[in-house]
Amino acid sequence: MAKKLKEVEVVLVGLGWTGGILAKELTEAGMQVLALERGAMRTPETDFSVPQIRDELRYSARHDLMQNTNRDTLTVRNNPQQEALPMRQLGSFLPGNGVGGAGSHWNGHTWRWDDIDLKVRSFYEERYGKKYIPEDMTIQDWGISYAELEPYYDRFEYTAGISGKAGNLKGRKVTGGNPFEGARARDYPLPPLEPSLAGEMFQQTAQSLGYSPFPRPTANASRAYTNPDGSKFGACQYCGFCERFGCESNAKGSPNITVIPIAMRSPNFELRTHSWVTKVLLDSTGKRATGVAYTNIETGEEFEQPANIVILCAYQLNNVHLMLLSGIGKPYDAVSGKGVVGKNYCYQTGASAVLFFEDKIFNPFMATGGIGLLIDDFHANRDFDRGPFGFLGGSTIGAGLYHGRPISFRPTPPGTPRWGKGWKEATAKWYLHAMTIGSSGSVMANRVNTLDLDPTYRNPFGQPLMRMTFDYKANEHKISNMTADVINKIGKAMNPTLMTPAVARTTPWSVVPYQSTHNTGGAIMGTTPASSAINKYLQSWDVHNVFVMGASAFPHNSAYNPTGPVGALAYWAVDAIKGPYRKNPGPLVSA
Amino acid sequence: MEDQVSDRRRFLKSAIAGSAAAAVGIPNKSEAQAPGAGTAPAKPPPAAGYAYLNPEEQAFVEALVDHMIPADSNSPKGTDVGINIYIDRACAGSWGKGDRLYQSGPWKLGAPSQGYQLPLTPAELYRAGIAATNRYSVKTYGKSFDRITPEQREQLLTGLADGKIALENGPPAAVFFGVVYQTVMEGMFADPIYGGNRDKAGWRMVGFPGVIATHQRNIVTYKNKRYPVEPLGIADVS
Repeated sequence: MAKKLKEVEVVLVGLGWTGGILAKELTEAGMQVLALERGAMRTPETDFSVPQIRDELRYSARHDLMQNTNRDTLTVRNNPQQEALPMRQLGSFLPGNGVGGAGSHWNGHTWRWDDIDLKVRSFYEERYGKKYIPEDMTIQDWGISYAELEPYYDRFEYTAGISGKAGNLKGRKVTGGNPFEGARARDYPLPPLEPSLAGEMFQQTAQSLGYSPFPRPTANASRAYTNPDGSKFGACQYCGFCERFGCESNAKGSPNITVIPIAMRSPNFELRTHSWVTKVLLDSTGKRATGVAYTNIETGEEFEQPANIVILCAYQLNNVHLMLLSGIGKPYDAVSGKGVVGKNYCYQTGASAVLFFEDKIFNPFMATGGIGLLIDDFHANRDFDRGPFGFLGGSTIGAGLYHGRPISFRPTPPGTPRWGKGWKEATAKWYLHAMTIGSSGSVMANRVNTLDLDPTYRNPFGQPLMRMTFDYKANEHKISNMTADVINKIGKAMNPTLMTPAVARTTPWSVVPYQSTHNTGGAIMGTTPASSAINKYLQSWDVHNVFVMGASAFPHNSAYNPTGPVGALAYWAVDAIKGPYRKNPGPLVSA
Repeated sequence: MEDQVSDRRRFLKSAIAGSAAAAVGIPNKSEAQAPGAGTAPAKPPPAAGYAYLNPEEQAFVEALVDHMIPADSNSPKGTDVGINIYIDRACAGSWGKGDRLYQSGPWKLGAPSQGYQLPLTPAELYRAGIAATNRYSVKTYGKSFDRITPEQREQLLTGLADGKIALENGPPAAVFFGVVYQTVMEGMFADPIYGGNRDKAGWRMVGFPGVIATHQRNIVTYKNKRYPVEPLGIADVS
């Protein structure tokens, strides 16, 4: 029998970037906030210190900071005809675990998604006509505009200490920045990172081909920085242990060094770690949440935590899972197209080439997670005519090695033996002399790419695992084709000694190799309850005192990384929660 | 082949006299601090005992790592780098026991895109894979894997890697080889505290500097230049 606890004003499920932002903002507004985090406490002093944090085996190969699939996973399949089987170990994506969540171990890439994404259906219908959008492509406008989000993007960029260069200041184009970005009120808080040799070489060639390369905007502080909240950052040391690792220099914009410690100092805030929320509890009408049920996974004790407002701040997949387990919103049915929860699950795609230069030394270990130069000519560029290619969306393409950790980074040319003397010779010869050109491509929503509850497999609480049905469709294959061609064109123009060319993806999505932790959708925002799970303030249409943060709100996936809008939407939503919602609890948008 | 066997006997003898520190693969200080040992002749391997692998498995793994990582000017051979010890410790430890593996049934083969689906932990997979590979080796070549010729080993490993060999009553060959390949590379390149990459041989081979990495200025100073540095592991700076 669960022990019933004293009611709190707000309960946050998960304490990463979004939970941290909400904890800080709501407690500063005088609200009483409890965060339930199923992982452990994590601070840079204790958990990210040298030399232990520089352990590729522990953190990268064994995923020490990530969700443990022994405890929680999901089932996967490529299409509705297939039987879903459990993802028995991590591979394709790496959800975070513990205080700070994926915000502790991300690379830092931070983008402003513009109206070409936020108004995706309108943009393509206006440009190419309604028939251009395939019938099974369930994309929809987000119900929010870039203009509305601009101040909130700014807020997140200044909180997280983004290094970058503006390309569009109040409508004025700035040389050296991204000419295709939306107009910004001011520049990034920090100048760009020092470019690597790989980035410089890519930049020169891309420029000579008529593209517009610019430094990647990223939460790696190019110099020491104090953010507007007074959080202090050290300068990035280009240590090459960024993604999958915590930062020992406090140079990576993470909730662990910004919003969370501020919230922790507030008397209005309480954090309970190792607290696994199994369900959001609803009243008899099903229209109001009364709190959450959780288990202390160190003692096994079960609790009922009453709360006035419940805010889901877990990873995208876990937010959707909790909605499905709690019966918040109607589950999506891919056959009828009715229902909303689990709809429009999206991922990302890509292609990459490896270039070998006998006479260049890249020192791949002198790197940071966000280092690199890239081009946006094939994504946010509205003048890029998709018509001849027949797709929607696009790719960002860039270069800049972000680590040289040798368990995973050992580039060798095509035809190299897999072991033995020949393998050793090629590995020793090329390690310092290779660079990659990579890409990140959008994934448009499809009718059958969904999340629902698995009929067979269960978690340790006896609850059904979530089931993911996903594969790349024709649109993604076309993007991948175009991207590989551009990469190979740039690569050849760089005149390498040898090159492993980019190959367009044709095989099914696989759960095995790491691809990207940019899972999106499933609890999407939108303009009507029939087409979305939450409104533009990330508030459940059905249960008004439940809000759902994070990339689960994205109706489709851009070529850009998701954390920019994840942070901006959290700041946007919290203004609504501490303002109008607190004064007058109820739906913030009438259905 | 005879060399392999006598090597192994010598190894087993020294293992019995092994010290506790060497047994967990921690390099002693003089070894860790030896400058520029990249191309120096291999030292005799420090004594080490096995925690998980049985004698048949030890012979298999030693032959395997010396075949995949032969001695040459780039590095000593696999057993001298401690890759066999790395694999033994990995199997004996939490990873080998499946601490991060979802282990509930039912178990089905599934499609390759659905990933690993066997009911075996990594250590159990190693055990089952070695036994099945040795059965195949005896049936095909008349001897166990550790006693066949280098050419036969090459043929057998290629067959496993490409999934061309069916291991009777064993795991799918490519799945077994997948974990073998992964752990051999980890034993070559993981921090030496885990028992492999002895004297940072793997890091020296490629030029990876290890755990000390403050490159804010180096990224400018050493742009397109070799960064000459003695690699350091976790134990060197603890």
